[in-house]
Amino acid sequence: MTTGQLLLLFAACLLLLAGTAYVIGRRRAEGIKAGGTFMNSQPGQYGQFAATWTAVPAIVAAFVGWVATLFGAEIISGKLIIAAAVAAAVVGLVWAVRQVDPELRARLGVERVITAALITASMVSILTTLGILLSIIFESIRFFGMVDFMHFVTGTEWNPDAAPEGSEELITKGFGSLPLFAGTFLITGIAMTVALPIGLLSAIYMSEYASPSVRSVSKPLLEILAGIPTVVYGFFAAITIAPIIVAVADKVGLQASYQAALAPGLVMGIMIIPFISSLSDDVINSVPESMRDGSLALGMTKSETIRHILIPAALPGIISATLLGVSRALGETMIVVMAAGLRPNLTWNPLEAVTTVTVRIVDALTGDQAFGTPETLAAFSLGLVLFVVTLILNIVSVSMVRRFKQQYA
Amino acid sequence: MDMTAEMTPERRAELDARVQRKLKKRYRAAKRFHFYCVGSLVLAISFLAFFFTDMISKGHSAFQQAHVQVDVDYAEKNLRFTKRAIAEDMHDIVSRGWLRDLRRVKKENPELVGTKAVAWALADDEVDQYLKGNKDLTGDDNTVEQKALAARIDALKADGKIKMKFNVGFFTNGDSKIPEMSGLWSAMVGSILVMVLTLLFSFPIGVMTAIYLEEFAPDNRLTQLIEININNLAAVPSILFGLLGLAIFINFFGVPRSSALAGGLTLGLMTLPVIIISTRAALRAVPDTIRQAAYGMGCTEWRTVRDHVLPLSMPGILTGTIIGIAQAMGETAPLLIIGMMAYIPEAPEGFLQAATVLPAQIFTWAGMPERAYVERTAAGILVLMSVLILMNASAVLLRKKFERRW
Repeated sequence: MTTGQLLLLFAACLLLLAGTAYVIGRRRAEGIKAGGTFMNSQPGQYGQFAATWTAVPAIVAAFVGWVATLFGAEIISGKLIIAAAVAAAVVGLVWAVRQVDPELRARLGVERVITAALITASMVSILTTLGILLSIIFESIRFFGMVDFMHFVTGTEWNPDAAPEGSEELITKGFGSLPLFAGTFLITGIAMTVALPIGLLSAIYMSEYASPSVRSVSKPLLEILAGIPTVVYGFFAAITIAPIIVAVADKVGLQASYQAALAPGLVMGIMIIPFISSLSDDVINSVPESMRDGSLALGMTKSETIRHILIPAALPGIISATLLGVSRALGETMIVVMAAGLRPNLTWNPLEAVTTVTVRIVDALTGDQAFGTPETLAAFSLGLVLFVVTLILNIVSVSMVRRFKQQYA
Repeated sequence: MDMTAEMTPERRAELDARVQRKLKKRYRAAKRFHFYCVGSLVLAISFLAFFFTDMISKGHSAFQQAHVQVDVDYAEKNLRFTKRAIAEDMHDIVSRGWLRDLRRVKKENPELVGTKAVAWALADDEVDQYLKGNKDLTGDDNTVEQKALAARIDALKADGKIKMKFNVGFFTNGDSKIPEMSGLWSAMVGSILVMVLTLLFSFPIGVMTAIYLEEFAPDNRLTQLIEININNLAAVPSILFGLLGLAIFINFFGVPRSSALAGGLTLGLMTLPVIIISTRAALRAVPDTIRQAAYGMGCTEWRTVRDHVLPLSMPGILTGTIIGIAQAMGETAPLLIIGMMAYIPEAPEGFLQAATVLPAQIFTWAGMPERAYVERTAAGILVLMSVLILMNASAVLLRKKFERRW
């Protein structure tokens, strides 16, 4: 039987047993109640109690069995797991039905199980973070067992193909990550040069100048920019923007590559505009009205009020929006995969092709290399750096906004 | 000391003029600043307009496909070597894929075998692109053969033997290495499979987490940890979810690579924070009086949530879920890492088979060398964007229609 069929069988058995348990539990409670005894809970709640105690042991048994097979207990077959689970369910059913009694606090029991289920669900998000961390840390440790750490951090040549294969010593060639980070920062820098002024000034316009009707149209329009899939931006950058850049550069007598850093940078900037504008809009709106009134009453013009009062007051929020934008840009993948180059290049010229961390991650993991070679493991080390940097940016950004909100709350 | 008393009229006039000059300058600066602000917004919105016009102008032609009228000889022997079924001078005009599919005639329309008929065949991608003006065959750079081909196409067109028809195949075919045969069908099926799994996975867990944090959780270290963690997860670069999917789901749990299951699980984890955050906001919007009234009637905590708070916050929760799913639907980077950019000519039939999704199909086509794929990529983008805009619009409508202000 396939896994799918097994799961289906399991679900069917479980539903059937739990349904039976509910009906029996409820009937029993109704019978007692009909005799005139005062009961702690409603009959339906006794039914739920019985159903819960039928389903939970079965699910736990099945889960334990499944985890055991994952860790190599091969004697346990799928059918065996289901048999054990059904047995657990039957035991739970019999036990729970016999428990039905006026004294039994059935609804409290159900409540506890539900709370436990809710806590379990909340753990999934923690497990996700742990999963990300563990997966990248383990593979990174393996990577740094093969490649010299100092070389990875300070080396200026990224060329995994040139690295010697099968040697016992630490590799000190071909895995210098500096050009990748330089490329990432170059593209991020271009993106922020586009996004920061446009996003901030748009936010100022929408919160300070625009009429409510203009605001109600322009805000969702800007949000569309954030909703466009990144693969679409990537295609746009590669097919439309890059040739324009090459043509313009040609006109002014410069040589631009079709994979120039400028194209993905510009398009990424467009993508980040709404992040900056909506966050800045929020913080500018939450600067107290009295500060504006005070400034205007002293004879400041509107623009002076904005530049000398509002922006300094909202600065923590604006910085936090910027950091969030930077974190987006660093981790952005599709735009650079499609529009930036593959060849590592240590340059500050935006008209040259550069590559980024995310491009190399995708390249390493979508190729034909066997898993476990230094090249595929390098992807996880790059991912680790990316995770740490974006995590720091996010934490700083969140704490800055919180401090800002406390100041004006 | 009173300064104005000693001021001569001349001095006063000079001061006045200076103030006026300065004022003028300040007003100019104010106007300039206002202009910059309007300009930024206009610039941002014109990017959007430029983007959409560009995609529509590149992609709209893919919804039409050139067809050519040919005489087909359905003789038994021709159905094995299908090139013989049509005149030799049509070989470079009729699609290779269409010719290949002639073999199926025997099975699908046996009454045709042995007859001769006139049929509208799919044209080759070169022909199609030439007719759409995307490819030049008559320029100085072109070979003699290409120029001759162009002349033949023009002649056929003048005879009314070539015409544009609606491109049904774009929606009913799977991916293909022959541009004119390729379509979005398998990617659409893949997208639906992946989204169903994403929803099944992230919706219950997300809503349960939000209920726990908002209604049940005590304010302790663990709760704070979960909250910080969720906010951080929402900002983790999506490609890292791909690394998680590869290392945990595929390499550790043995989920088949490229399968809809691997994609659904990975995107489910990615969508989780979005659903949790929007569900919490929806739950918080329900006023406490509702809860207290329920407690007053003897409801337990869980029944209060289930029967009163949850139904009232459902519109908000669903809005957030639709937005989260739309986001997941456009996501590509983590799916590349778990191998969902495979070449999938046939629609997947189950969650464990190799599948691809719309954005991944767009990515694959964007990397194809043939000119005909450019318009197909743009058309795929138009389809994807229409679906996403439809989803987001329905989310907004849902919120407008059912949102209650307390």
